[in-house]
Amino acid sequence: MSDTPANLKYTKTHEWVRDDGDGLVTIGITDHAQELLGDLVFVELPEVGAELEEGGECAVVESVKAASDVYCPLAGEVAAINEELVDAPETINEDPYGKGWLFQLKLVDPGALDELMDAEAYADYAESEEH
Amino acid sequence: MDKTTVLNQAHRDMGARMVSFGGWDMPVNYGSQIEEHHAVRRDAGMFDVCHMTVVDLKGERVRDFLRHLLANDVAKLKTPGKALYSCMLKEDGGVIDDLIVYFMADDWFRMVVNAGTTEKDIAWLEKQAPAFDVRVEPRFDLAMIAVQGPNAREKALPLLPADVRAAAADLKPFTAASGSWFVGRTGYTGEDGFEVVLPEDEAEAFWRALAAAGVAPAGLGARDTLRLEAGMNLYGQDMDETVSPLESGLDWTVSLDDERDFIGKSALLSQQEKGGLRRLVGLVLEGRGVLRSHQKIFDGEREVGEITSGGFSPTLGRSIALARVADDAGEGLTVDIRGKRLPLKRVKYPFVRNGKACIEL
Repeated sequence: MSDTPANLKYTKTHEWVRDDGDGLVTIGITDHAQELLGDLVFVELPEVGAELEEGGECAVVESVKAASDVYCPLAGEVAAINEELVDAPETINEDPYGKGWLFQLKLVDPGALDELMDAEAYADYAESEEH
Repeated sequence: MDKTTVLNQAHRDMGARMVSFGGWDMPVNYGSQIEEHHAVRRDAGMFDVCHMTVVDLKGERVRDFLRHLLANDVAKLKTPGKALYSCMLKEDGGVIDDLIVYFMADDWFRMVVNAGTTEKDIAWLEKQAPAFDVRVEPRFDLAMIAVQGPNAREKALPLLPADVRAAAADLKPFTAASGSWFVGRTGYTGEDGFEVVLPEDEAEAFWRALAAAGVAPAGLGARDTLRLEAGMNLYGQDMDETVSPLESGLDWTVSLDDERDFIGKSALLSQQEKGGLRRLVGLVLEGRGVLRSHQKIFDGEREVGEITSGGFSPTLGRSIALARVADDAGEGLTVDIRGKRLPLKRVKYPFVRNGKACIEL
């Protein structure tokens, strides 16, 4: 069973979002997603300062199996990226909700965070998708 | 509903992530594909290859039949147990399948063919065999397990039945021994090891005994990265019915220089005469990223071909690929990945054999 921490928000495309306060959020891919992808070997991140649209392709994670797009959960401007992933993409497999974070976003509309799924809804969704 | 092998429950018990592969429910990994890959390169791993099909061919004229049927020449097989890799071609030179054929006895050869092609292979064999009075006997009653890696033979030998153990211990590469089980010193990883053909009802116990002996279960994912590093073609990706073995890096398996006629020979000879054949080349991505099949290859601004198999090489820590390119493609090639042109290094493959890199990075 995949791990879905209760303090995070989730998307149907298997990203997680953590509220850092002041309109800032941190984004990564879920434990379920990294399990499906298998060993990650390459990560392409957005540039700091890039303005991302909700639902737009914003990063690529590639595993031994396949390349997978990461979709931006909410509109905002990239405030920071996790450069350590470039040399160690496997960090996402090892710690998807911690050291495996992808980027930090300054939200256009901090209130939009509430529209995302909570942990319980996401766990149900991921489960239903499996079958 | 996918077919299952006799090892299906064992895979699940060992934590496999199962996927649908060519109509079969197969393990893609048991946690980490990269760790499974390294286990095979450094120690020993095992693969469920029960989905592949053993076909026995029997009859007085079976050797003549195979000299007519296959692009490689079974006349090279002079002693029982010897194995040969070959393509089976259509009249137009397209590849129906690639396979291994073993010389068992003067009136008996054994073939191992791919899972996804089994039906059409058998249909083709049954169409060609009657002219030679050869019987085609698919052995769906047999299971097959590949044990691969530098320590694979040592770990597997004590677990083989007594009537084949000593002969298996003495096997030279690309030969096989028969007893109650059939054991070939063959594989698809670029490492030493065995491929063991055994009765279905004994397969699970053997699999579990191998695991207890320290052989790591490895899934289709690792099987693919291992064979790619070893520069071995994958049917359906690197070649198929629409392409010639001469354009698939398989010239070495095609015996054209003698009187023998075989299905597809005249097509290959005219291709050769016409010239301009594309070739399969090895590529290494200079920087970061992952090469994947169907990515386009460029020489300057000219598109010269595409990747047939690509992926991340765990042994080299770089991305590698096989690509089919124009015969006049130069050395300074690039690949298009998501709209960016990234530089490639063209190399002679295999990339890795027997645990060691064969190319300079």
